[in-house]
Amino acid sequence: MPDYFNEMYQDGRVREPYAGIEDWANDMPVDLRGMKQSEAEALFRRIGITFAVYGEGGSPDRLIPFDMFPRVFSAREWDRLDRGIKQRARALNAFLADVYDRGEIVRAGRIPAHLVYQNDAYEIAATGFTPPQGIFSHIVGIDLVRTGPEDFFVLEDNCRTPSGVSYMLENREIMMRMFPTLFQNNRIAPVETYPMQLKRTFDSVAPKKCDGDPCVVVLTPGHFNSAYYEHSFLADMMGVELVEGSDLFVEGDFVWMRTTEGPKRVDVIYRRLDDAFLDPLCFRSDSMLGVSGLMNVYRSGGVTICSAPGAGVADDKAIYTFVPDMIRFYLGEEPILKNVPTWQCAKSDECKYVLENLHELVVKEVHGSGGYGMLVGPKSTKDEIALFRTKIEDNPENYIAQPTLALSTCPTFVEEGFAPRHVDLRPYCLVGKDITLVPGGLTRVALTEGSLVVNSSQGGGVKDTWVMAEG
Amino acid sequence: MLSRTADNLYWMARYMERAETNARLLEVAARNALLPDTGGGNRNEWDSVLQAAGTRDAYRTKFGRDAVQRNVETHMFFDRDNASSVAACIHSARENARIVRTALTTQVWEAINDAHAEMTELARQERSTLSTSFMKDFALRHMAHVRGAILATQLRNDGYDFMNIGHYLERADSTARIVDVKYYVLLPNVSMVGSGLDNYQWRTVLHAMNAQRAFAWVYGGEVTARKIVDFLVLNRQSPRSLIASSDGVMEHLERLSRGYGRTTSATSRARTVNAMLSEVTVEDIFEEGLHAFLQRVLNEVGALGHEITTSYLNGEAR
Repeated sequence: MPDYFNEMYQDGRVREPYAGIEDWANDMPVDLRGMKQSEAEALFRRIGITFAVYGEGGSPDRLIPFDMFPRVFSAREWDRLDRGIKQRARALNAFLADVYDRGEIVRAGRIPAHLVYQNDAYEIAATGFTPPQGIFSHIVGIDLVRTGPEDFFVLEDNCRTPSGVSYMLENREIMMRMFPTLFQNNRIAPVETYPMQLKRTFDSVAPKKCDGDPCVVVLTPGHFNSAYYEHSFLADMMGVELVEGSDLFVEGDFVWMRTTEGPKRVDVIYRRLDDAFLDPLCFRSDSMLGVSGLMNVYRSGGVTICSAPGAGVADDKAIYTFVPDMIRFYLGEEPILKNVPTWQCAKSDECKYVLENLHELVVKEVHGSGGYGMLVGPKSTKDEIALFRTKIEDNPENYIAQPTLALSTCPTFVEEGFAPRHVDLRPYCLVGKDITLVPGGLTRVALTEGSLVVNSSQGGGVKDTWVMAEG
Repeated sequence: MLSRTADNLYWMARYMERAETNARLLEVAARNALLPDTGGGNRNEWDSVLQAAGTRDAYRTKFGRDAVQRNVETHMFFDRDNASSVAACIHSARENARIVRTALTTQVWEAINDAHAEMTELARQERSTLSTSFMKDFALRHMAHVRGAILATQLRNDGYDFMNIGHYLERADSTARIVDVKYYVLLPNVSMVGSGLDNYQWRTVLHAMNAQRAFAWVYGGEVTARKIVDFLVLNRQSPRSLIASSDGVMEHLERLSRGYGRTTSATSRARTVNAMLSEVTVEDIFEEGLHAFLQRVLNEVGALGHEITTSYLNGEAR
């Protein structure tokens, strides 16, 4: 087994970012911890922050387990992440603006044309139109893992509608409520400005035809969606309406919402549904969730859609490999954050390597998400590996493989005291007229001992993520 | 605000009030059934509330013709197949609230969510440990909690108006139905009108509304049908009276008209109903027949609800 990097303890000593909580964690009596844990759960349930797991049945009111042991970064560590994430968000947006325009990066031979133009996420309907500020992806969620003190890897990019930010905000609220002295004794950078910055980001990309204060709305598929809590939470925190497709209609050159006072014009739509459902006249004609004629208004500059239709082509797993090249190509900079080495099964020599080394690789579907349909080689049985081998041989284009990363661990409360568990990190970068990143993010933790799968749909939990303020 | 949001707020309030109505109706039946049998075994206290609630057909389909206490309680309190049972109303209120979380304060949401959680718990309890009064108190306590949270914490905006319109409209409907139980519950024969039994049944109606003391303060002396009808229909001091409920609907529709700078057909309709209730006298009501009068009010309330929907709630407003 590889030697995992423990974010709190190194060579028997407590690392500097965690110095302020060592005593807190060691001195906490077990019964107090049990009490606080049930208090936290009661709070989550009361405010209604629950999570439905697709395809698993059971209660839609399930809680994501919350671990009270915070995950901590020093100001210096965060500074580097901050620069790396913003750099990546800029490059991804430059890429999107380019591939829906002249496609210079393809012409220059840096990315194969078919990976872009034949990609399922590439939207013909988005070509030839530049959205306000040239921004396609307004919220970029970058999934990061750590393997050493200075070693961070980007696992994947999320350019469409990354979810989970409400957990980042609520986890902090709950921690502050339960352990106020921790916050008095440590200088922890606040994350609560996120909704305000999100609103500011939307305001800054109002369409050309918008005069006066932009009317921003959050478009949700409805209250049966597993992330509905988050949709309503963000709308609430920004002070904007939470709408469903049926609340909107197109008339003339604009999108309107149905209100008790008659129609009201909408300028910016933060949509939390997939491209395919946005406009039945343009995409899937059986969509009941979208708005007929929306794309026409969008393309004529009557409304801004965030993220822009077609933004998904930038976070495709096949495109992921090329992000470091994008950074060099568009920004003329060296990537601050590394990619995980990735083998494309579509290439026969790489596929051969993957098939020979399945027992030590992680294999993922190119278009999959949520930890479904993946193989973690070292944790799988011979039968599971054999099954995956036939799947890959049947359809190699559908798979990529990566080395099994030695994910860092963070102390996590367990039955007796606390023990190391593997974690990842998703910060949320906002891109409008300015690029902003709140100091924090969502830390997901694999609660089962030894497990490397942190997805909430696979039994992962969440933690509050601290960035210590400078000095 | 969004028409759909207004619609959810309006129905959330209506369902809360409806849950309370059902609990009160059960209390009426339970108390009437306590009286010694004077009618030669021909009793229908439990059937009468089914008729007043308008769910007798649904009940009979599921439980058969016998209206026995335990089944009626199940039907009107716990049965989720009955859309107006207390459990179903609390569930619907919570669903409506959940959709419009953004328009509710934390306190209001938590009050509704708690009611729902405790209702789910209650449904798991052994039924023989639950008395009718306990169930009524349970519903009343939670509805008071929600209503109190609304009054104390909600922003006084149009959403507040839509909640109140739903609340008062449903309350008008509720009072009309509870008073009408008296029409359905049998008196052994005509000569019993005005008798002790008759008055007892009337007092039960007051009891179900927790209004005996208030009634005594206002009227004193004997309990008579006329006084009670005056109290529950025409007296503005009585918080559940038809006129007070109608005033509540009016007040909030007028506030909307002022805020939006336009008057709708709903406002006009509400004015008509309000004028009718302001002018009618107890004599007129008994002349017309109490039951006929109450049925007319129920129809008016239904029609007003329809106007409110088309004027504000279904997104057709222009």
